[in-house]
Amino acid sequence: MKVIAKSWGLPILLLFAASADVRTVLADDVRTNIASRGAFEAKAQYCGYCHGPSGQGYRGYYTMPRLAGQQSEYFVNQLRAFTDGRRGNTFEMKMARVHAVSQAMRLALATRFGKLNPRPFGGAPTEHVALGKKIYEEGVPEANVPACAACHAPDAKGAGTNPRLAGQLYGYTVRGLINWSKDRGQDHAHPDTSAVMLPVANSMSKQQITAVAAYLSTLK
Amino acid sequence: MNLIKSTVALVVFMAVSNAAFAGGFEGMSLGEEMATRDCAWCHGQLGQGFATAPRLAGQTRLYIENQLVSFRAHTRDNPNSQQFMWGAAALLDARDAAELAAYFSSIAPEPANDGDATRAEIGRALFKDGNPSGNIPSCIACHGPNAEGVREMPRLGGLSYRYLRRKLAQWGQGYHLAAMQPMPEIAKHLEPEEIEALASFLSFVK
Ligand code: HEC
Ligand code: HEC
Ligand code: HEC
Ligand code: HEC
Repeated sequence: MKVIAKSWGLPILLLFAASADVRTVLADDVRTNIASRGAFEAKAQYCGYCHGPSGQGYRGYYTMPRLAGQQSEYFVNQLRAFTDGRRGNTFEMKMARVHAVSQAMRLALATRFGKLNPRPFGGAPTEHVALGKKIYEEGVPEANVPACAACHAPDAKGAGTNPRLAGQLYGYTVRGLINWSKDRGQDHAHPDTSAVMLPVANSMSKQQITAVAAYLSTLK
Repeated sequence: MNLIKSTVALVVFMAVSNAAFAGGFEGMSLGEEMATRDCAWCHGQLGQGFATAPRLAGQTRLYIENQLVSFRAHTRDNPNSQQFMWGAAALLDARDAAELAAYFSSIAPEPANDGDATRAEIGRALFKDGNPSGNIPSCIACHGPNAEGVREMPRLGGLSYRYLRRKLAQWGQGYHLAAMQPMPEIAKHLEPEEIEALASFLSFVK
């Protein structure tokens, strides 16, 4: 509990103007106790079966995303989106069930994985990395694709609700951007943070997507 | 009874493979030729397998190649591997392994159907979504929605119940811990009833 409180000190300061959502999350954390150290370690191991023990990602039948170094706020948001059924309905497994954990556990896991920094998983095609870098930094103005760096930061490490993209697995990024409108923000009456990316994902061609994904997969 | 059955099968297949040998291997690929001569007497004609020597038909190429490496390196060290496969794989080089893997992976697999049908539903649910409160992950995430496998992830659908049950239990007993992660860790955390249910369900998957 102490560890969590400490590691959240800085984000609390940084997120002074954060959404009500996050403030509730933090308040919940203060109220809730994580059952025990053992239960936490067992859960972290469970996540690591699919996402890799150091959160570097894993290629099974599905490509499991890198969690290492991910922004805590984004991380917690996504776990809630799975639980609420707003994300992940295009998978054969029930993502809400797979990702079902308490709010206190979400925060503790976000902190654990956020601190890890393994090498990128690698394995992406290399031909279009230069084009990907250009799109990432400058966008494609004539196709209404904005510069990704504007929101995801020049080093692609993200901030707050804008995720880290650096070192993300190629197959995961490609699938995510292609399926954005089918897989994210599925409670149409209550748009969530995924709405910010919708126009970006929709205006990208397959070739632009694969180029950016290849570039991102190489970043440390 | 089962012992008798597999012994009879063994003798029959030895006869068949010897007949093929006598006739030469005309029109066969190198992989098929080696499989017929060296593997069929334990793994069955067309690699459809038994409870002891499992089905290889329809298995993914990379998984077969990886296992042949692990038998040669003696890292797959459970008793049946030591007894039967260390010898069988000892003289295979990387090219032989690739030829054999290409051949076996190209054969249409048939399900063993030897599990306990009353446990199949529980097994199906476990396979699909895992048991997150017990920290067991969904198997689909790596082995695919139809247990078909991909790349290094083996096809599990239709393998023999008795083979699967033994294999999953042996990880818990400390064998073959050098297998590709995280499988040994996952299997170690399965309860005996979960193993029964998963192995039963999988044996019926086409
Ligand atoms: C059975 C495999 C499996 C297990 C176990 C699992 N996940 Fe996932 N997780 C996935 C898959 C697959 C995705 C990607 C979904 C997609 O492509 O949209 C994912 C996505 C995520 C995401 C979103 C990542 C992003 O960049 O948007 C987070 C966060 C996450 N998982 C955290 C966890 C945590 C924490 C645990 C443990 C409580 C866990 N996962 C357990 C398979 C798993
Ligand atoms: C206006 C800000 C903004 C811009 C510009 C932007 N993004 Fe995003 N992006 C976001 C936000 C916010 C999210 C998180 C969405 C959510 O919460 O579901 C996101 C999520 C993503 C994700 C999902 C990450 C994951 O781990 O699943 C990818 C991939 C992505 N963006 C790629 C890009 C690319 C490539 C570009 C440039 C072509 C880009 N983004 C431009 C704001 C932006
Ligand atoms: C003397 C009998 C015997 C012969 C001959 C034999 N095998 Fe095996 N094989 C077995 C047994 C028994 C196992 C199961 C070991 C275990 O229980 O882990 C096995 C397992 C395997 C596996 C692992 C299957 C899996 O699903 O993990 C592969 C691959 C394999 N054999 C390939 C071959 C090839 C290729 C040949 C021919 C070159 C061959 N075997 C010849 C008895 C044999
Ligand atoms: C994160 C990926 C992943 C998950 C999740 C996973 N597996 Fe595996 N599994 C593997 C890999 C990789 C191998 C190959 C190991 C090797 O190379 O020896 C494997 C091998 C196996 C084998 C050996 C097959 C054979 O022919 O001998 C069985 C049985 C198995 N898994 C069952 C399961 C079950 C049951 C589950 C769900 C409870 C599961 N796996 C979940 C990755 C996974």
